[in-house]
Amino acid sequence: MFYREAGDFKTSYVADSQTFPIKFDRVRYWIVLVLAICLVPFIINDYWANAVMVPFLIWSIAAIGLNILTGYCGQVSLGTGGFMAVGAYACYKIMTAYPDLNIAFCVIFGGLVTAAVGVLFGLPSLRIKGFYLAVATLAAQFFLVWLFNKVPWFYNYSASGQINAPERTVFGYAVTGPNADAAPKYLFCLAFVLVLGWMARNLTRGTIGRTWMAIRDMDIAAEIIGVNPLRAKLSAFAISSFFVGVAGALFFAVYLGAVEVTEAFGINQSFLVLFMIIIGGLGSIFGSLAGAAFIVLLPVLLKNVMVGGLGWDTAIAAHFEFVILGGLIIFFLIVEPHGLARLWDLAKEKLRLWPFPH
Amino acid sequence: MKLKLTSMAVAATMIAAPVMADLVYPSLSYRTGPYAAGGIPFADGYADYFTLLNERDGGIGGVMTRVLECETGYNTQKGVECYEATKGEGSLVYQPLSTGITYQLIPKATADGIPLHTMGYGRTSAANGTIFSHVFNYPANYWDGASVIVNHLLAENESIDGKKIALLYHNSAYGKEPIRTLEELSKIHGFELSLIAVDHPGQEQKAQWLQIRRERPDYVVMWGWGVMNQVAVQEAANIRFPMENFIGNWWAGSENDVIPAGDAANGYKSLNMHNVGSDFPIYADLKQYVIDAGKAAGAGDQVGTVLYNRGLYAAMLAAEATRKAQEIHGEMDITPAMMRDGMEALEISEARMTELGMPNFGPAFSVSCEDHGGAGAAKVQQWDASAQTWNVVTDWIGADDSVITPLVMEDSAAFAAENNIDKRCN
Repeated sequence: MFYREAGDFKTSYVADSQTFPIKFDRVRYWIVLVLAICLVPFIINDYWANAVMVPFLIWSIAAIGLNILTGYCGQVSLGTGGFMAVGAYACYKIMTAYPDLNIAFCVIFGGLVTAAVGVLFGLPSLRIKGFYLAVATLAAQFFLVWLFNKVPWFYNYSASGQINAPERTVFGYAVTGPNADAAPKYLFCLAFVLVLGWMARNLTRGTIGRTWMAIRDMDIAAEIIGVNPLRAKLSAFAISSFFVGVAGALFFAVYLGAVEVTEAFGINQSFLVLFMIIIGGLGSIFGSLAGAAFIVLLPVLLKNVMVGGLGWDTAIAAHFEFVILGGLIIFFLIVEPHGLARLWDLAKEKLRLWPFPH
Repeated sequence: MKLKLTSMAVAATMIAAPVMADLVYPSLSYRTGPYAAGGIPFADGYADYFTLLNERDGGIGGVMTRVLECETGYNTQKGVECYEATKGEGSLVYQPLSTGITYQLIPKATADGIPLHTMGYGRTSAANGTIFSHVFNYPANYWDGASVIVNHLLAENESIDGKKIALLYHNSAYGKEPIRTLEELSKIHGFELSLIAVDHPGQEQKAQWLQIRRERPDYVVMWGWGVMNQVAVQEAANIRFPMENFIGNWWAGSENDVIPAGDAANGYKSLNMHNVGSDFPIYADLKQYVIDAGKAAGAGDQVGTVLYNRGLYAAMLAAEATRKAQEIHGEMDITPAMMRDGMEALEISEARMTELGMPNFGPAFSVSCEDHGGAGAAKVQQWDASAQTWNVVTDWIGADDSVITPLVMEDSAAFAAENNIDKRCN
């Protein structure tokens, strides 16, 4: 009734190709933005920031990054954890080498270094495909983690091999270090998510995104119609790694504050991001966010319900968490193999017809 | 509908029940994952001691205690979540039982004014109280442990000059801690040190033990935890490495680590910072008030194991610090800031441990503003596979402070410079 194209006239090409063609969606989008920027910072506390919102936002960036590579360009990567580590260590080195540099630039620097490393490890993708490429990126994962554990220069020769984020401020508010408050941390991560999400959306529906999708759908056909596979694949690796690197830098500097490479950026993290985009939906920005929310927020919610609400034993609750999460993943993949994003699309189709479906 | 609303309201008030005066001890435990074998007994012992205090004495100084358990799975991200979830409940002291989580919490807990007790783990240089105001690692730390092992070898041999010692370590912040000390000690005593890393979680050690077999070290020292220990003991048995020359630190010496290897584990040695067994008067009380009353934590099957004793010991030190804090401030329902003062003024004497039913359980030591590290001594225990018991084979062995103290000063000064911390205790 209220959710339909009819009556919403487009008079320019720009209006015709906008992200949200339906008025209801546009309004909802702006309401979410206003709430996220203007309301949440005032009500957020330490628990909500450190345990819920900040990890969700950071994983969203990583998921968008991997979705560009895997969902849009069709290159399977299992090296996400390793690339996040590159972002984190690059950010750490520049943070400690130039204490006066703004933390935002340190995070972007982390992303840029990761983009370079990503291109390097993306080179094999020109020769190998599918599972074989997955194994090559797996090598990147193990090599990078080993490197940051082995070479003391990366962790500034500290006794334990840990890296610690010193305090850095943005506009006078601490966003890293122990004295950072909930709201600045949240807003700092939110700013990155908004800018990078907007960038990703516009990249994927422009020329470059279309060349990625052509490569994904059939690389030989794409080559015949004039898509340069070298440029398409390497640009996907570079941009995807930039996103993942930014996520890694934020993960270390804002979220955890102290990081040990084997634990924080191990193979588990690579799988986690991959699950996010598979459950959320390959080739969808919304799917990346939904997948990140599913994987990050659901365990916290389940834990609070089972331990806090029902008063269960912590070990039983932890095991049940695995069972429920695993069950839900199987359920969603059976019901909708294309992920939460596809479910959302179906819901919108139904809404268009509602309340007269015939 | 009305009934539903009412019951929801009741449930809501139950969740947000008015907080009675109580002393909250968060227990960031791990009963799941590859390190659960170590996490479960420790968490059980920690909870049982406070249950005993509640049941027998009515809490500490008349205020009931409450253990707030939160599952971390030895994972730093969950550790952060647990810390944030529990810090608002008046948590007095955090004992994360994980070096990784400790590194996370050192700056956070210090900023929030909550003390951190990392008993025999965590950041070694936190022993320097002039820099680390809220972190305590009494009664001993990793560098003490490394030095104690070397001192034990010195006592057993005329000289260890030219001997080969291999350090088999968990490739993480935890496992890397003793390297610096052992390197210093190898310069002084002339032994040859080789470093062999095992990656998390440590089920795969074939390559490492092949290297040990090739290098033929005289001694293997292990810094392991969780499933890594069991695998290492089994692999040592497989290559017939003489078990009495294989020495673990205090986190690599529980029943879980040696029982899987069966008789082959006989003679394996490890450090311990407290005594073993259930031959202490406190166990009679535990049986009467906790175990027989059906109030034991977990499955109740860990009582009397090495790590259960360590949980008891950690809880005892926390309870004693609470008493000290109550005494200093003359207030029974203490705050985390008071708890910190209590920990800094803590004194554990033989007489006090006997009073508590734990005679000669741990070393006697006292904490001061400058020294948060305690005694720094440990005993060596040896596994008897036929009797299935750990036997303590030495008395308390001290660490070589002339080596450790400069290292602690150097590392803590680096931390202070990095974080712009001024020295305290002037």
